[in-house]
Amino acid sequence: MHRDYDVAVVGGGLLGSAVAWGLGRLGKTVAVFDEGDIAKRASRANFALVWVQSKGLGMPAYTVWTVRASETWGRLAAELKDQTGLDVSLQQNGGFHLTLGDDEFEQRGQLVTRMHNQVGAADYKMEMLSASAVGKVLPLIGPEVSGGSYCPLDGHVNSLRTFRAFHTGFRQFGIDYFPERPVSAIAHSGGEFLLTTPKGEIHAGKVVLAAGNANQTLAPMVGLSAPMSPTRGQIVVTERAMPFLPHPLTVIRQTDEGTVMIGDSKEDELDDRVLKLSISAVMADRAQRMFPHLARLNVIRSWAGIRVMPQDGFPIYDQSESHPGAFVACCHSGVTLASSHAFEIARMVAAGRLEPELVGAFSARRFASERAASGSGDY
Amino acid sequence: MFKRSDQDNRPSVQIFVDGAAVAAHEGDTVSAALLVSSRDVRRATAVSGAPRLPYCMMGVCFDCLVTIDGVGNRQGCLVPVADGMQIEIQKGRREIGR
Repeated sequence: MHRDYDVAVVGGGLLGSAVAWGLGRLGKTVAVFDEGDIAKRASRANFALVWVQSKGLGMPAYTVWTVRASETWGRLAAELKDQTGLDVSLQQNGGFHLTLGDDEFEQRGQLVTRMHNQVGAADYKMEMLSASAVGKVLPLIGPEVSGGSYCPLDGHVNSLRTFRAFHTGFRQFGIDYFPERPVSAIAHSGGEFLLTTPKGEIHAGKVVLAAGNANQTLAPMVGLSAPMSPTRGQIVVTERAMPFLPHPLTVIRQTDEGTVMIGDSKEDELDDRVLKLSISAVMADRAQRMFPHLARLNVIRSWAGIRVMPQDGFPIYDQSESHPGAFVACCHSGVTLASSHAFEIARMVAAGRLEPELVGAFSARRFASERAASGSGDY
Repeated sequence: MFKRSDQDNRPSVQIFVDGAAVAAHEGDTVSAALLVSSRDVRRATAVSGAPRLPYCMMGVCFDCLVTIDGVGNRQGCLVPVADGMQIEIQKGRREIGR
């Protein structure tokens, strides 16, 4: 049989792009199969945080994995800049989660304590700060801010430009990107995979399922499982303003080009074509209580997007025993973990083996276990 | 470059552009008054800093953004002048408190 590519990556979003780019970087021949423009693209609805604090409650390995990603993001940004000339504006000078009122402050403090007490997690120096300590760094906070948590490893990036940089890198690595080709079937024979798309079939030596929530449907085709429970989030964006927010927050950040993003709602609804204005209103209200000056800025855009979310909130990385060479990868934090997907996961796929010491905890086999943890994969 | 019509005999009002008094007519939009003032009224765009003048004059292109009476990013082509109005040519992004 004729083999077209070393690896077929199913999914051209941020995760699939990072893995494909990483494989191209290692000299592999790679094809990326993507859906069309009307796909529910989580990669275009994200909040662009490179975020560490509060990740991994209930699964210490996730904390370790996240810290590792945050530490190698600088190298990813530098390599993308060298290769494509695109500056993804990575800023990692620490981030805040601000609280309004005493109750929220106390709850956040309890979370920080629980995180610190967790055995096996990496120490990422998350600490609670009083309102006056926060005010020294973020002088424009409003009187209702009771303080917040701070983690020096947190940061953010221009995620759309990162996405573009990966795709620009594709061309230089000779990676073939195929839009409008949802994969409908995957067959395995003679040590190869045959992927069926509406525009033809291709053969590949390995396959990486990186299709976000659609991994749930694709994984069983290669003897894997990826139980997902997506949620919807809304984001509000203001007009561009002079820099006023020197650090990113969990729910507010100012982009490198000046717009202010307000986000992080969480809904069960999965229709991304309409907004719930009542939710946008709460988000905007909380944002202006944190920074009263925001009330003067005009909102120029708002949108709803569907989050990729494994059932327990933690990433899934797995390889198939029945179909050797088939891998699945999905997670909520595709921006934060992009560096680990480009460097670590790509390396493991190229070698044909996930490294249990790094990603063993993320096998979907955990869902079959009685004592499966339920936690929060995000912030 | 621009010249008022001889038949424009509307009452005059005085506005201030970066502190300098400028004569305008009642009913002028801020953008029209700026264009006819013969001053350099080019703003600088928010990301690249490229110089721009009002273009579409009907609220669509946002190239007329200007600070009016202390409020940034106003669309000058949609705001009528008023006597004593303080206009600042906006260089780059809006300041968050304005």
